[in-house]
Amino acid sequence: MSIGHTLLGLLESGPRHGYDLKRTFDEKFGQDRPLHYGQVYSTMSRLLKNGLVEVDGVESEGGPERKRYAITDAGITDVSQWLAQPEKPEPYLQSTLYTKVVLALLTDRSAADLLDTQRSAHLRMMRILTDRKRQGDLADQLICDHALFHLEADLRWLELTAARLDQLAKVVAP
Amino acid sequence: MIPEGSLLAAHDLRKTYGSTPALDGASFSVHPGEVVAVMGPSGSGKSTLLHCLAGIITPDSGTITYAGRELSAMSDAERSALRRSEFGFVFQFGQLVPELTCVENVALPLRLNGVRRRAAERTALEWMERLEVDDLGSKRPGEVSGGQGQRVAVARALAGSPKVIFADEPTGALDSLNGERVMELLTEAARSANVAVVLVTHEARVAAYSDRDVTVRDGRARDLEHSA
Amino acid sequence: MTLLDSPTVLPAAPKSPKPPSRAAAILRDLGLGVRFAAAGGREGWIRTLLTAVGVGLGVTLLLLASSVPHLLDERNAREQARSEVKVSAKASAKTDASVLRLDTSTEYRDRTVVGRLLRADGSAPVRPPGVARFPGPDEMVVSPALKELLEAPGSELLRERLAYDIVGTIGDAGLRSPNELFYYAGSDTLTPAAGAGRISGYGADRPADPLPPLLVVLTVMVCVVLLVPVAIFIATAVRFGGDRRDRRLAALRLVGADIRTTRRVAAGEALFGAVLGLLIGLVFFLVGREFVGSVEIWDVSAFPADVVPDPLLALLITVTVPLTAVLVTLVAMRSVAIEPLGVVRRGKNRGRRLWWRLLVPVAGLAVLGLTGRVDEYAYEPVKPFPIAGGAVLVLVGLALLLPWLVEACVKRLRGGPVPWQLAVRRLQLSSEAASRAVSGVTVAVAGAIALQMLFAAMNADFNRATGQDPARAQFAAYSEDVTGEAATSAIEKFRATKGVEMVIGSVQAYASKPGVYTDDDIPPTTSMTVGTCDTLRELARITSCEDGDTFVVHPPGDQDMSAWVDRTARKGKVVEIGTGEGKPLRWTLPAGSPTVQGRKDPMGDTHYGIMATTGAVDASALPGAQITAQIRVDRSVPDVAEYVRNTAARIDPGMRFITLDSVERDRQYDSIQTGLKVGASVVLLLIAASMLVSQVEQLRERKRLLSVLVAFGTRRTTMGWSVLWQTAVPVFLGLVVAVAGGLGLGAVLAWMIAKSVSDWWLFLPLTGVGAGLILLVTAASMPSLWRLMRPDGLRTE
Repeated sequence: MSIGHTLLGLLESGPRHGYDLKRTFDEKFGQDRPLHYGQVYSTMSRLLKNGLVEVDGVESEGGPERKRYAITDAGITDVSQWLAQPEKPEPYLQSTLYTKVVLALLTDRSAADLLDTQRSAHLRMMRILTDRKRQGDLADQLICDHALFHLEADLRWLELTAARLDQLAKVVAP
Repeated sequence: MIPEGSLLAAHDLRKTYGSTPALDGASFSVHPGEVVAVMGPSGSGKSTLLHCLAGIITPDSGTITYAGRELSAMSDAERSALRRSEFGFVFQFGQLVPELTCVENVALPLRLNGVRRRAAERTALEWMERLEVDDLGSKRPGEVSGGQGQRVAVARALAGSPKVIFADEPTGALDSLNGERVMELLTEAARSANVAVVLVTHEARVAAYSDRDVTVRDGRARDLEHSA
Repeated sequence: MTLLDSPTVLPAAPKSPKPPSRAAAILRDLGLGVRFAAAGGREGWIRTLLTAVGVGLGVTLLLLASSVPHLLDERNAREQARSEVKVSAKASAKTDASVLRLDTSTEYRDRTVVGRLLRADGSAPVRPPGVARFPGPDEMVVSPALKELLEAPGSELLRERLAYDIVGTIGDAGLRSPNELFYYAGSDTLTPAAGAGRISGYGADRPADPLPPLLVVLTVMVCVVLLVPVAIFIATAVRFGGDRRDRRLAALRLVGADIRTTRRVAAGEALFGAVLGLLIGLVFFLVGREFVGSVEIWDVSAFPADVVPDPLLALLITVTVPLTAVLVTLVAMRSVAIEPLGVVRRGKNRGRRLWWRLLVPVAGLAVLGLTGRVDEYAYEPVKPFPIAGGAVLVLVGLALLLPWLVEACVKRLRGGPVPWQLAVRRLQLSSEAASRAVSGVTVAVAGAIALQMLFAAMNADFNRATGQDPARAQFAAYSEDVTGEAATSAIEKFRATKGVEMVIGSVQAYASKPGVYTDDDIPPTTSMTVGTCDTLRELARITSCEDGDTFVVHPPGDQDMSAWVDRTARKGKVVEIGTGEGKPLRWTLPAGSPTVQGRKDPMGDTHYGIMATTGAVDASALPGAQITAQIRVDRSVPDVAEYVRNTAARIDPGMRFITLDSVERDRQYDSIQTGLKVGASVVLLLIAASMLVSQVEQLRERKRLLSVLVAFGTRRTTMGWSVLWQTAVPVFLGLVVAVAGGLGLGAVLAWMIAKSVSDWWLFLPLTGVGAGLILLVTAASMPSLWRLMRPDGLRTE
């Protein structure tokens, strides 16, 4: 999962401090694995270097200096591309996908489109595996089947999520 | 509006049952010999799309073109004739005539088309052989297993040498092993005979046997590969 | 919303303290069945109602049939009450109560009007039953039906004939049936010489005549032929909607009912339908009874009060019908196993055995054969039960034979076009339902064929015997004991009647050879016929005739009788004319009288003896003569028969008047034939209704399959034809069995009454009705087929 894209996405709703970013991230995506401050700052400086964010202002009242970051137009394009780009279908994708869905909902992008695109990518993978299975020997078949069943499980999750998008939207962006 | 080289294409179909819309601007196309999966949650209008495409029901508006002919301009009799000669059908269950033997069931589309009994049953047996159910010829549908019955149904859909086969949840009542076997035989036979297949399913593993998939959601069909 | 706020507590299932007793369980299950039948929604009600109406129609017929004995008893009793006690016509038998009476019955437009002319001998004449006042001269009391007829417009001719004043009506006690046309008229001129007899009272104590043997056979057959299909129909009606019920019971099994419980529930359902049917039947019967007076079969109708079911038979019906319903249901359920997950038909592979099915009709024929011939003129009463039993066995046997035949025939059928294949395969898979419905058709048609053959045999026999020739004359009138003068004027009166073309009117008397004879000798006697040349030409082959000629007439081809004629009619010798009390007239037969051959008159009688023209013998001088007038009319004149009858009544109310028109008898025969056809058609229609119900039920069960077939592009006509064949094949086989069985039964019955079968082709119209039945059922099931052959069935519910 790409922390950079996620933080960028969070910035889309308005400029934030680094600390603010970490808190929002933890709240929405990092229940079991909170971000370190260091991760945030190194990521932000990389984004700054690539021109995807800019420093909106510096505050220093009663403590250390704090930078406020804002997303640039290039940053917005980058988030869009990331969201539109399906993940390579492979097992245990749901954390990345979940992040993407929530971000799409938060930034008023079409989460349904995102899910459909992902579904298509999954299906394409399944089609390739099915084809390989058809031409292969029993060992190939069994291996392919294993992958197919996992992909199918993901796909079902995608479908279920698609069916529950309205509910999810209410929870993440009230 | 009609994709280049397509055999069967629908544009902007709308169909309402009572006050609930089943299709709301759906478009679709399939090329000769292509296997297209139509997916979507239940109640999304998949089956209605299939019934419209096959000319079983007429949409309230929109166009359906088969091999250059407009379906909605045809009479009921003409559409029936089209279904007899150009289309084949596989359904989820309850499609074999219980009192006819399996070979008679397979021969039925041919006979409806006016082929003589002996010739029809000979062709039927060849198809049953392809689908590995030729030993069931004289059995009645009530005496064969679900998987065998579906294969007989597939043989029947293929027997009339159709250009398009419409399959509505053909594996819906089967376990995964039987279902996959049926799909394997169906797609293989269809590809080798250059028959297009419109496959309605909600199962990804079944849809994976297709060349392309279309998702129907809220009465609209999304053809991601073509629109993307 | 306190209910929602309260903590969730799952309702505890009530503990059953102990299992209910067996009787309680039976009652509970039966009650459950009744509830299913009564509260099964619209669908359930329709099914129950169909069964009930079907059973009700059957029960109505059964109740009517069970009323026949009482009806006949009452009729007999009333007839007995008005039968006359005859005494001598001689003056010595006169009492204060005795009455002279003459039968003046007549016919009016094909209906018999029974009439009696009465003349009281004293001051306190006996009155017939139902008559309050003895009719005085030129008065009459009439039956209500006759009164209505007389008062109806267009009855002028009848009013002219019965020109008496109506002074009262005859009460029900004096009538056989409400439609009887009957009158008693008074006279003050009636004498024994005019043919009147003397009676001393009514209610002659004579044993009731047993029904004529042939009528017994006929009646028994009519009952059997009507009631056996009704019984089969009831059995079919009870099974309406059986498949649906089985599925419902399967659902009951799923929640834990055992097989015995499902049987009892089904029995309860059947019981409810049957009891409801019984009530409906009772209502139909009570309503229908009021109209029974207006129904007339063969001049017979009945008073509503006569139509009372025999209590024992009524009880039998009340018990048997529900019991049959339950039994039929239970037997039907034996062939299916109702499992929790659905209904499984079983016993499919067990082929039907032929031998015991064949045994039943053969046994029936044997019973009839052993009963032996019924002598038309025998005095011993006919035993109705063996005949009924034999006929029932034959008909029921045919119904049993049918399922075997259908199965055996259908098994061999294969190939053919798609609709045919679909129908045949369907029948191969399950032919019981089809056979069951068709067995009613078979029995009804077979019975009707046998009955028609019986009628035809009786009728043909009658026609062969008469030999009348209605082309030459349509009426014949006789009057005895008249003077020659009256006779000649009577003939003139007939000639002058409107519409009469020709009257073969002759005056006849006996001529014998004079001499003295001992008691043992028979004086040579022959008949003496006097008439005009035209008349004589109709009676003998006379080439030339002038007024004044006389002839000796020989019967053609009868040497002995010709010789006997010649012994009396000696040319140039004297004969004595007239017999009896009066003084005979001596007359000389002219020597030059030619001998000619006699000829059949329009009545079919051959005349011979002496014939004389009116110029040779003064007919008015003949003592003790009899007139015979055979009258030819112009049939295009409306009511010509009534004009002639009026003339006859004017001449002599007691004149015997015969209609030669064989058409009339044919008409009665036709009405019987028509009645039978109508009856058979009604029964067939009933059966058609039950076939339709099961056909539609079957189609609805196949809703999904029909939709799939539509998807395939199956033409509706293809399915229509398959439905047609599916009905046509069993009905055709049923008709084959019916024709074979009916002809067999008919031939045996004809043999029993010692008649020969006159027409083997009578079954053709009935098979036509059967073919119509096929078309009707198919046509009537088309709307539901059309409705079901829509793609809606493809949508999974």
